[in-house]
Amino acid sequence: MAKVYSKNESPLVPLPTNAFIPQRDLDKTPVLEASHLGIDFGGLTAVDDFNLTIGRTEIAGLIGPNGAGKTTIFNLLTKVYQPTRGSIMIDGIDTHNMSTAQVNKLGVARTFQNIRLFGNLSVEDNVKLGMHNQISYGMFSGILRLPAYWKQEKIAHERALELLSIFDMQDMADKKAGSLPYGAQRRLEIVRALGTNPSLLLLDEPAAGMNPSETAELMDNIIKIRDTFQIAIMLIEHDMNLVMGICEGICVLNFGKVIAKGTPADIQANPVVIEAYLGRKKEA
Amino acid sequence: MKRQTKTKIIDFATYIGIVIVFIIMNTLKSNGMLTRSMTGQLVPICCYIVMAVSLNLTVGILGELSLGHAGFMSVGAFTGVVTAMSLQAAIPSEGVRLALAIVMGAIFAAVAGTLVGIPVLRLHGDYLAIVTLAFGEIIKELINCLIIGHDENGLHIIFNATGSRSVADLGLTETGRVLIKGAQGATGTQTIANFTAGFILIMITLVVVLNLVRSRSGRAIMALRDNRIAAESVGINVTKYKLMAFVTSAALAGGAGALYGLNFSNLVSSKFDFNTSILVLVFVVLGGLGNIWGSIIAAAVLTILPEALRGFADYRMLIYAIVLIIVMLTTNDPQMKALISKLIPIRKKGEAGNG
Repeated sequence: MAKVYSKNESPLVPLPTNAFIPQRDLDKTPVLEASHLGIDFGGLTAVDDFNLTIGRTEIAGLIGPNGAGKTTIFNLLTKVYQPTRGSIMIDGIDTHNMSTAQVNKLGVARTFQNIRLFGNLSVEDNVKLGMHNQISYGMFSGILRLPAYWKQEKIAHERALELLSIFDMQDMADKKAGSLPYGAQRRLEIVRALGTNPSLLLLDEPAAGMNPSETAELMDNIIKIRDTFQIAIMLIEHDMNLVMGICEGICVLNFGKVIAKGTPADIQANPVVIEAYLGRKKEA
Repeated sequence: MKRQTKTKIIDFATYIGIVIVFIIMNTLKSNGMLTRSMTGQLVPICCYIVMAVSLNLTVGILGELSLGHAGFMSVGAFTGVVTAMSLQAAIPSEGVRLALAIVMGAIFAAVAGTLVGIPVLRLHGDYLAIVTLAFGEIIKELINCLIIGHDENGLHIIFNATGSRSVADLGLTETGRVLIKGAQGATGTQTIANFTAGFILIMITLVVVLNLVRSRSGRAIMALRDNRIAAESVGINVTKYKLMAFVTSAALAGGAGALYGLNFSNLVSSKFDFNTSILVLVFVVLGGLGNIWGSIIAAAVLTILPEALRGFADYRMLIYAIVLIIVMLTTNDPQMKALISKLIPIRKKGEAGNG
């Protein structure tokens, strides 16, 4: 039987001041520094002059109307697209010309808006694939079943169940990932991303399709993940209760440009944001 | 029942099944109860089983369609023939020579697989299939140009690209022997392949493929099949694992080729053409993509079938095609699947556990 996940007992980090990077992270290297980031698709500028800094243990939100370029930003940060302009620093390391896999090794993990699990593999194998780079035995140890194989697979198995227990999913470990219900698939994607041992976790609409009580549980879990793993989390979400409830810093995007940045209170009071979402009052 | 336990039982049943069939066939053979044509088919069946299982690694487990698998078989076959024949004086034991030939065949096919794989695996789907088809044909044509002879001074190799050179250009001494004569292929090969070697090769192939699939590398390969973008996002090196699957598959095909080559005294490279690649692909598709024991059964049945139908003379290939279509239809039918899962208790329990 695997150990049941236990929450880190250290006291909760204090709530942030109005600084975009929470105060507790100010003296550390930011986990992410994107500067003047931009990408063109042919003649269309999808994202332009995007600047963002995220602290080491910050929960940041990226919001904006449909088609504002939010997922494009995630694709830029994970190098699914190579940016046309600007630079991305992860932990102070320039990611210029790196591949998605290399950026992941630096510590950026993500989930997808349209779920992308390894549907034909078991839930446990999905998590073990997340831990792919933490397991080090090679092809020949695997084929010849050398001691390295048994030892590391055993550790991986225990660790996978431990990670699954964050969302109480350890009982589903043997099921096929593609056969899980929708909500469980979303949670499994988060667990798989955590398996890569990230320092920055990007969640693309984690609450999509969830009911209010599931969303509330997800909010608790996101905070729990941040506190336990001491990582930064950036999320795209349309559920404003979730965004305003757990994000310490919020960045609002419209037509590929940042229109506002600040704490939830700042954003809610910002007329530009209200205009972007609701439109401008017709002037007579 | 737990999924892991279920896969372990299926793997174990596959090994045991092969051993039992081998023992039965070997007993029948030594008691002279098999027809001559059946005895002659035993080694080719083993080769085709290895071909099918290895191609399943590329098509079923990596999920990329390769139409050039026979090319790697031919690299292995001719390497194996040259190795076995040139060591005839140095190593008297047939078994050792056969093993060396198979190993050399596998190594050369792996090298060919790497050279082909590096440029080709940048493509996906149909494009990959077309390019591997072309490479399969290129390998065949290249071997057509080879003239290789052996004497006490070692190997003599001519690459007869223009067609203007002949065996005489090899400069062999009187005791020398020509091993491969260009388009005429390998002639006068001593046939040292036997059923036991075929059985051992099948077992090695199964161990390699099944253990690979259940390891870290195999998981990464299957992840690429299921979702390439997600695989990259968890830090899996796409090129490395695609190449790993492709080269392993080529090496196993090379081993099968070496065994095949040493089963016939005459062998031409046009034997390993597009039709052979498609034949092996039919085994894989019919047996089920990613289904190892399915490939084994399909390869064995479909190799025996044309021989067994020889009595029907002209209608032979017609009946063969009809059988193929019937099998395809029935194995894809949900009602047939339900019936099969009722008949096989392991599968039924597994599915109940998943529901």
